[in-house]
Amino acid sequence: MDGIHDLGGTQGFGHIDVEADEPVFHHPWQRTSFALMMATQIILRSHNADEYRHAIERMDPAHYLLCDYYERVLTGTVSLLVEKGYLSREDVERRAGGVFELAGPVSDRPLADLTPQPEARFNLGDRVRVLNISPSGHIRAPKFCRGHEGTVIHRAPKFRFPDTSAHDGERRKEHTYHVEFKSKDLWSDRDAANDSVIVDLWDSYLEFAL
Amino acid sequence: MREETERNARSKASIEQRVAATKEALIDAGRITQADLDQFASMAEDWRPENGAKVVARAWTDPDFRARLLEDATSACAEMGYAGPQGEYIVALENTPDRHNVIVCTQCSCTAWPVLGLPPDWYKSPAYRARVVREPRKVLREMGLWLSDEVAIRVWETSAETRYMVIPLRPEGARSLNEDALANLVSREALIGVALAAPPAIQSPDNVGITSHSF
Ligand SMILES: [Fe+2]
Repeated sequence: MDGIHDLGGTQGFGHIDVEADEPVFHHPWQRTSFALMMATQIILRSHNADEYRHAIERMDPAHYLLCDYYERVLTGTVSLLVEKGYLSREDVERRAGGVFELAGPVSDRPLADLTPQPEARFNLGDRVRVLNISPSGHIRAPKFCRGHEGTVIHRAPKFRFPDTSAHDGERRKEHTYHVEFKSKDLWSDRDAANDSVIVDLWDSYLEFAL
Repeated sequence: MREETERNARSKASIEQRVAATKEALIDAGRITQADLDQFASMAEDWRPENGAKVVARAWTDPDFRARLLEDATSACAEMGYAGPQGEYIVALENTPDRHNVIVCTQCSCTAWPVLGLPPDWYKSPAYRARVVREPRKVLREMGLWLSDEVAIRVWETSAETRYMVIPLRPEGARSLNEDALANLVSREALIGVALAAPPAIQSPDNVGITSHSF
């Protein structure tokens, strides 16, 4: 989904403030929000981590940008609990005493048509290109690298393929690769010629660059 | 549509109210217990950047451990007791005089919880996620870390399941320190790559890990 969450390279943002001795949580509700996220995925097993990430991606963009991280955590979690029938929106709104903003719906056709790649196709040093795909569902290849060429510098173990996992699709695992892109190939406004960005990408997202 | 209009006319529940409502609804329905929640909340308090700092200090002082950490950081961290959720596949990135590593997750905010802790607010901010992949040198300068143009910056995007930690350069002037003292020089910011390990001289309770300057 080309949503608000895919922020890498977006311009217009300002200064980054580091808080000295930042506590793990600033407010008790953040601790509870984190615990609810973990308990629903690990104990209740109402949804998996890929569905959860995608639920946050489906939030209203303005809400997403303006709210605290742990409010996104809660909104993604509760959206799935309501969608899957564990909670009703009416009940949580009655208990909360007001409107409970939730994520927007899942797209009707969320998946790109990608061939499963159960065997590792790429080796260290291979030149690869990220497929120029734009599915409306969950995908973990950031927009800034799609269509670009890079070099494989590491092959990681097989991990659950997030796109199908987020959409109740086939359970498959594929290797991921650390693909190094020269920064000047990604953005023409770069000053430093020798900088690079390394993106961790599933086998399905890649093709050989010729 | 009418439902949405009616919803817009009502006031929004505060985040405190929404969290409490969710917790009550799940507990009342017997889906989870307060003990479940307490378990995960207390786990989060144990994931501390001090853990990663101890890993770095050992790598600085024990060449065999450093080799194991670079070869298989997941096992090397587990050897020190640091394992668990978001620590299933850890890769350690060693800074050198001519290469600096920095970590980001542009699409959410992943970190290696067992060794870095839950991510700090600045790491989760849209500004950091948007900017550091595109203008790392400028972002690092603003955060107080000046790198020479000769130093190549590698920005590592946490887009899949690999969780990274940076091994900063051991500061000059720290040669005589033992492992515990060395660990105190390594901040969460240094483990993410937006600061250097602080030399002992500029360490004080007030400025630990905020900014490190290298000219
Ligand atoms: Fe993330």
